[in-house]
Amino acid sequence: MDSLIRILKQNSSIPRTDLARQLGLSEDELASKITKLESDGTILGYHAVINREKWDTDAVTAVIEVRVTPEREGGFDRIANRIAGFEEVQSVYLMSGGHDLMVVVEGSNLREVASFVADKLSTIEAVLSCATHFRLKTYKENGMLHALEEAPERLSVTP
Amino acid sequence: MSSSRIAEHVRNIPRSGIRDFFEIVQSMKEVISLGIGEPDFVTPWHIREAAVYAMEKGKTGYTSNLGTPRLRRAIAKYVEQHFDVEYNPHDEIIVTVGVSEAIDLALRSLLNPGDEVLYNEPCYVSYSPSIQLAGGIPVAVATRAEDEFSLKVSDLGKAVTPKTRILMLNFPTNPTGAVMPLEELRKIAAFAIKHDLIVLTDEIYSELTYDDAPHHSIAALPGMKERTLFLHGFSKAFAMTGWRIGYACGPADIIEAMMKIHQYSIMCASNMVQEAAIEALERGQRSMERMKEEYRLRRNYIVSSLNEAGLRCHLPKGAFYVFPDIRITGLSSKEFSLKLLEEKKVAVVPGTAFGPSGEGYVRCCYATAMDQIKKACTHISDFVRK
Repeated sequence: MDSLIRILKQNSSIPRTDLARQLGLSEDELASKITKLESDGTILGYHAVINREKWDTDAVTAVIEVRVTPEREGGFDRIANRIAGFEEVQSVYLMSGGHDLMVVVEGSNLREVASFVADKLSTIEAVLSCATHFRLKTYKENGMLHALEEAPERLSVTP
Repeated sequence: MSSSRIAEHVRNIPRSGIRDFFEIVQSMKEVISLGIGEPDFVTPWHIREAAVYAMEKGKTGYTSNLGTPRLRRAIAKYVEQHFDVEYNPHDEIIVTVGVSEAIDLALRSLLNPGDEVLYNEPCYVSYSPSIQLAGGIPVAVATRAEDEFSLKVSDLGKAVTPKTRILMLNFPTNPTGAVMPLEELRKIAAFAIKHDLIVLTDEIYSELTYDDAPHHSIAALPGMKERTLFLHGFSKAFAMTGWRIGYACGPADIIEAMMKIHQYSIMCASNMVQEAAIEALERGQRSMERMKEEYRLRRNYIVSSLNEAGLRCHLPKGAFYVFPDIRITGLSSKEFSLKLLEEKKVAVVPGTAFGPSGEGYVRCCYATAMDQIKKACTHISDFVRK
């Protein structure tokens, strides 16, 4: 199961026939394993890793450090889920250290992100402060390097 | 130019069969090659970074002939942890320029003219010439597909003579991917003791075993350490072929003799590469496991595809080679490889490059990107069916 998840994590669009052959499974066995992972919520979805410098260059990504007042019941969960519900929000993490939540926001331009922070995020009652950092350039994302590495030359036959 | 000015013992050594083939492949464009005996991965970044750092720190001078004490200590620890044999880093370990140099040093240190050396075949292309260059007589012991190319002690018995001095082993094997089951290895150890042979064990693929086939080194068996040279390197497991670094562990008197040749011919392995080697041993396990898992998946794919195409091969338990039987096509190994190259632009290596017992087989290396393997398998299947 570990190999299966590892491969899908790296390349979810791999043809299922190839995948079955690599894992030494029949296609039916593979399909039922994948269905199980999807239905128990281990696999939540499949998506492409996009190089933003090549597509939608105006898009803006910001990492926002948020300090919040935890609630007597439920701690940070209700606030975090409330923030996570916004469409602009890509990721929300509860953090150790100087702030409580790290929120990754994507918008189609700077104004969109700015208005999300000013109008939505910072007006939530429990939110004490926000520190917004904008992404300048991406080098690696989800385990993928963004600069295409040139393959080093190899000899074609060696002992 | 007359060839007579070349020394006779060098002139008598045939050119490598792989070299001829390489030149043909080199002259063609867009060949998919399953002929490369090295990992397709670049050395993991943390290891490369360690070499960069070593250069920044000015580690550019000679080191001790035996290798830096720190690297020898790291080797001792690694070999004890992974192979269960203890060596003293002070006088039982020498760092060499690849395991190839270690093999050469060992043979030159041990062989008197006319001494015979037994080794399992098909095998790495340089064993026979290295033995000859050291004045020995190579005696190949053929292994068979029905034994999954493991070595049978009964075959050794037929080949041994009073002049036999060394037994060379390479498991997992290039080009067959064979491994030695522990019971069989025990019989071989008893054989070596009975005939008072020194064993050279080339462990270069020993990290790369699959499907819970645990690797056992003959050096770890009772009574073997004192008559075994354990030869290993970094090329295959850590994807460090171009760094040229390896080592030998064994009895102090043999290491001392090897050091004598090494100090006059090579001096020492390069300093910054030794630093990178320490990094590989101390922190390379994770990246090695990741590469190994990738090889395992590719192996499953290629073996299943080749068998489907009608080229019989067992699922090899080690290294990154598969050695399919091509006799069904009615072609010799060389004809098969040349035709496949001409018609489908797929390069495999004729089995005969690894000794006469490789006739009827070809070597396909699966340390190649999955999409290339997939294309190659489709072409091979078309070629065989035609």
